[in-house]
Amino acid sequence: MEQFPRRLLTIVTEAVLERELIAELEALGVRGYTITDARGKGSRGQRQSDWAQEGNIRVEIVCEQALAGRVAARLRERYYDHYAMILFLQDVSVLRPDKF
Amino acid sequence: MPQLDPVIWFFVLGVVAGVARADLRLPAAIYEFVSTVLLLAIGLKGGVELARDTAGLPVAELGGILMLGFLLPLPAFAIARHVGRLERADAASLAAHYGSVSVGTFAVVVSYLATRDIAFEARAPVWVVMLEVPAILAGIVLARGLSGNVAWGHLLRELFLGRSIVLLLGGLAIGWLAGPEGTTSIRPLFFDLFKGILALFLLEMGLIAAAQLPTLRRHGLFIVVYGVTVPVAFAVTGAALGSALGLSPGGITVLATLAASASYIAAPAAIRTAVPEANPALSLTAALAVTFPFNIVIGIPLYERLAVALAG
Repeated sequence: MEQFPRRLLTIVTEAVLERELIAELEALGVRGYTITDARGKGSRGQRQSDWAQEGNIRVEIVCEQALAGRVAARLRERYYDHYAMILFLQDVSVLRPDKF
Repeated sequence: MPQLDPVIWFFVLGVVAGVARADLRLPAAIYEFVSTVLLLAIGLKGGVELARDTAGLPVAELGGILMLGFLLPLPAFAIARHVGRLERADAASLAAHYGSVSVGTFAVVVSYLATRDIAFEARAPVWVVMLEVPAILAGIVLARGLSGNVAWGHLLRELFLGRSIVLLLGGLAIGWLAGPEGTTSIRPLFFDLFKGILALFLLEMGLIAAAQLPTLRRHGLFIVVYGVTVPVAFAVTGAALGSALGLSPGGITVLATLAASASYIAAPAAIRTAVPEANPALSLTAALAVTFPFNIVIGIPLYERLAVALAG
């Protein structure tokens, strides 16, 4: 079975940013993403998932290398200073390249 | 022991359980459900009363209350900036939170007055709607200036389509359209169970407030003093306005409580996106861990006495 390389970009950030972030991602050309509620602890303290005001989300995007790079650069420039946000990139393989 | 409304004890239980790190947490969906029922119930009740009374909405009163919403942030900002020596963004954020209103506090004052058979103006939910947004806008202008880089269209849409406004106005409209008879079929859930639902809401609020306490220790005394004195001063302002507008003692109590309350839902979300450099924990902690408990336990009975004195 043939496999195709793509990048998996994972973003963990404040739930309050969800709508804005989606608009941003779509403007950059991201065609699909998965969002889940998340909780955990980081440099900005413990973050709960059970109350919307302080909730965290995890956004996962599988896309081409170049697009993942553009998204990462844009998010870093726009959100890193004032928001709780981390993102990381991984290599993944997909079966249907036209989808991603 | 003062005679506390039993629902307040649920708040105390939530705080105690939260501080003791008890294994107690309401799922997010339950919190959403409970607050949805509360907002709809308050709207419906107001709508039913409005249907009974055909006087309509007094324009001068609503105008005065709208002005109050725009003006309250100014002293709140000045105190935070000059007495608290906070950064501009943080002071503006506090101003937005304290100028705006807390629907949870409104639910408690409604329940407080109902328990004591004190009547208040049926249109009170409209006051909540009038007071929620202006202060947030004023707070953003205080942080950014009028020409600042703010996506106003997007922001206004988010604010006016916020849950509390949609549900309060929606409930009000349904109650008004259906009238006293029409709402009989939904009475058991929205009216009869109101206190029980409010108790569950306050239990969760207690847990949330307790979770803010470590942050409160970090920010120290100023936030505690601010979180108590500003609401009292605003309650006096709200009560004076209510008295000048010729409201009933119950109505003055509600308006004083609304002026005293600090937003912990609409304001944090709007400020977080419009003024990102403000420290979100500072305002939220003050509103949730200081002002909300103060208002529901000590403030409301105090504001009621003030209202009676002013109306008397």
